[in-house]
Amino acid sequence: MSVTHSDTPAAPTTAPPKAGTPATEVTDGPAAGGAGVPHVVGRVDDVPPGEGRAFVAGGVQVAVFRLRDGSLHATQAACPHSGGPLADGQTDAAVLVCPLHLYAFRWSDGTCTGAAPPVRLFPVHDEDGALVVTV
Amino acid sequence: MTAVLGGRPAGVSTLHFAMDDADGVDTRQRLVVVGNGMAGARVVEEVLERGGGEQFAITVFGEEPHGNYNRIMLSHVLAGEEHEDDIVLNSHDWYADQGVTLRAGVRVDRIDTHAKIVYAADGTTTGYDQLVLATGSRSFIPPMTGLYTADEQLLPGVFGFRTIDDTRAMLAAAAEHERAIVVGGGLLGLEAARALQGHGLQVEVVHAGTHLMNQQLSAEAGAILEHSVEALGITVHLATRTTEAIGPDRVRGVVLADGRAIDADMLVIAAGIRPVTEVALLSGLEVERGVVVDDQLRTDDPDVYAVGECAQHRGELYGLVAPVWEQARVLADLLTGTDPDAEYHGSRTATKLKVAGVDVATMGINRPERDTDEFLVISEPRRGVHLSVVVRDDKLIGATLLGDTRKVAFLTQAFDRGTPLPAERIRLLVDLSDGAAEVGVAELPGDSQVCNCNGVTKQALVDTVKAGTTSVGGCMDATRAGKGCGSCKLLVKQVVEWAADGDVTEDASASWYVPGIPLAKPELIAAIRDQQLRSVSAVFTALAPGGEEDAKSKMGLTSLLRLVWGAEYEQENDAKFINDRVHGNIQRDGTFSVVPQMKGGVTTAAQLRTIADVAEKYEVPMIKVTGGQRIDLLGVRKEDLPAMWADLGMPSGYAYGKSMRTVKTCVGTDFCRFGLGDSTQLGIDLETRFQGIESPAKIKMAVVGCPRNCAEAYVKDVGVVAVGNGRWEVYVGGAAGASVRKGDLLATVDSPAAVMQLTGRFVQYYRENASWLERTYDFVPRVGLDQVKAVVLDGSAEVLADLDAGIQRSIDAYTDPWGQDGTQPATPGQFRTALPLVDLPKVPVR
Repeated sequence: MSVTHSDTPAAPTTAPPKAGTPATEVTDGPAAGGAGVPHVVGRVDDVPPGEGRAFVAGGVQVAVFRLRDGSLHATQAACPHSGGPLADGQTDAAVLVCPLHLYAFRWSDGTCTGAAPPVRLFPVHDEDGALVVTV
Repeated sequence: MTAVLGGRPAGVSTLHFAMDDADGVDTRQRLVVVGNGMAGARVVEEVLERGGGEQFAITVFGEEPHGNYNRIMLSHVLAGEEHEDDIVLNSHDWYADQGVTLRAGVRVDRIDTHAKIVYAADGTTTGYDQLVLATGSRSFIPPMTGLYTADEQLLPGVFGFRTIDDTRAMLAAAAEHERAIVVGGGLLGLEAARALQGHGLQVEVVHAGTHLMNQQLSAEAGAILEHSVEALGITVHLATRTTEAIGPDRVRGVVLADGRAIDADMLVIAAGIRPVTEVALLSGLEVERGVVVDDQLRTDDPDVYAVGECAQHRGELYGLVAPVWEQARVLADLLTGTDPDAEYHGSRTATKLKVAGVDVATMGINRPERDTDEFLVISEPRRGVHLSVVVRDDKLIGATLLGDTRKVAFLTQAFDRGTPLPAERIRLLVDLSDGAAEVGVAELPGDSQVCNCNGVTKQALVDTVKAGTTSVGGCMDATRAGKGCGSCKLLVKQVVEWAADGDVTEDASASWYVPGIPLAKPELIAAIRDQQLRSVSAVFTALAPGGEEDAKSKMGLTSLLRLVWGAEYEQENDAKFINDRVHGNIQRDGTFSVVPQMKGGVTTAAQLRTIADVAEKYEVPMIKVTGGQRIDLLGVRKEDLPAMWADLGMPSGYAYGKSMRTVKTCVGTDFCRFGLGDSTQLGIDLETRFQGIESPAKIKMAVVGCPRNCAEAYVKDVGVVAVGNGRWEVYVGGAAGASVRKGDLLATVDSPAAVMQLTGRFVQYYRENASWLERTYDFVPRVGLDQVKAVVLDGSAEVLADLDAGIQRSIDAYTDPWGQDGTQPATPGQFRTALPLVDLPKVPVR
């Protein structure tokens, strides 16, 4: 059975996108050609400490995590193993664990501690409370 | 990597221009696989498993109209042991579901490797960026006169033995005919002969070699096999050929090279296989015996690869499945970029078979080749047993086991791994009691799946050990083996121990409750109590090495803190697994399931109507009655959960947690003619009392009104059975999931109140003492039923009071999570979608 989310409402953001942020179609992968465009996807407060939340940045699904030490990390939103929703995963300072089959991915370089392919990592930072992801 | 054959530079020469997705143009590379046999389809599977569906638009050409099937099993189909439907590996639907274009029944004629176009026999052309040749082999048909009709077809009654169509034709013919000749005394020929004999045919085998299975066996062993085969009633003609098929309208017999004629109405040709290389030849690729490939399975064109029986690697052709699997893995690593340096270095071949009812295992060579080779033979022709080994420089380089394969375990290990051999060589063949478990493990082929949940093969575990992980837990972490249903853990342990060859390192963490805190459960509980640690982060700070938090320990610690502190536990959402954060069971597409509480499986018309209305309102894709007698609403979007709970107005059924889930009941005395006790009411009471109680693993209960066991109480964590006169039996430690175990009778009591009290004591004892994720069916045998009884039945008044108080504390702390978080989210974005704005990703399924 396949389930589609064609009618999913737009992801809520509490900050308007920066001027000049390109409005693009949403895809599963990074935008073709363009590298390193920063996008405001929301507020840092949207992500509770220790947890992850998913956003769309420049047409790319990203999962952003705020660790308990305050540091921010961002990955592709779908697990490269079987599409699991990584934003629902559990994390610590070293790894992110996908909720579906519990593959763990290192924050250091995105590689898996098990047998799955690596995840894509994206730069993310806090800009006066705004959550900025570069894709 | 060895130099690329043919002098062209290595590497992919494809120029790929990504187009804008908005144009609706598929920007993926085009991967074409020529051949839909076991090799071609396996490559596609391995590519998809590595996420290659995102990278490649995949097209597979298959000359046969069928999906992909297991050719190895054809002799079983011929023998009637398997139905042809059972040997299908990937159906047409599978290809469609995976988004793979299958051009079944379309032969490929030629490839233009410059223009990168595939020309098919139906006149179509298909472009590619990367191409894989997996054209396999065909039956070798030795020359003989009269074999073909005027239109170059095989004479009616003559069959090759290679495809399902061959097999079907033979089955049809076998039903009508009486005498068959099989040309070829190798493995396939002997299997065909035995299968046809099973259909009542008189069978004779004609073999050109001087002994049967001459590729694998020595002359002596072949002679013993011949004796065994003839004992089955199959006549064997050796060292002769069929020179003529007697016709003319259909086959009526054969003439042998020595002039003898044999009557027959079926002629089956199983005289070996030849690689199919026409496509490669016509496409200008380098072909010797097979399509020549390098260690990266590349032909002399850098964007064309070859795998399987059509490929010639380092001069070798392989006709066994294990090397094909290895090649497919390497190729998929390369194509997807998962491991750009992956290489295939050839396979050492060992086979273990049952040939015409006789066990045969062979590996390496079967005769000494040098003067210094040691050669040990035990031959018992009358018993049909022939055993031999070849040893060179203290290493096993060959073995043959015929009629008695009990020693295959050790020998395979010695052959594959070069393990030291006993100084008394005779011990290689006799008196080697390595234990049944080890023999079983060694006998497993590398590609056999050890962990079905996570698709981990024996080879994957062996490779993990070889790469330096020598603890059982480490291998399980690295491969995910044993991390699904857990039923394979023992086998995983055996494989790791076998692969590590006695050098298994102890998991220091084996006795720890969770991997991130170096304490066993009792010490951990004591520390939590002593230091008043009420949150998971406080536990990490106080007890973890360096104060480091550990993702994989969080869920177990949350459960433990709830056990210790009840309502006084300080909850932290990030310490909970997603199921517990949103109170639903995560499904493979990232949606959740909603299971309202339905105590004892009893519901009302109003509840059913509400559930139906909610299901319609939220367009629930599947409504399913569960094994636990409840209604499961599957495929619910995370963001819909709170509104659905509110509309349902029913409490959570806890179908997601490591907690007490449900109590199944039969109708007991309400309507049943045979019921001896009111099981329905007792089930409702049990569920009411123990609802939502967290525990080391899920707990399932059942109550039945008589020993007919309609609600399967004998196989539950706690099962209660009415036995008449107001008495109830309480069983513990049963399971009917990944393992099946009948529960142990804990006690027979004489009132529902006593059942409730005993259940509470057992559950609390289990909660306090079981390892994290240890089900009662592992826990009870581990600690022993006597120990369980000694505590929960015969414990001191103080012990029993502690158990009663412990469970009561958790019962008092129960609140319905749907009622809480549905109205007041625990954290910002608690129910925010985790895959926003796009179709959910397709999940590849093996």
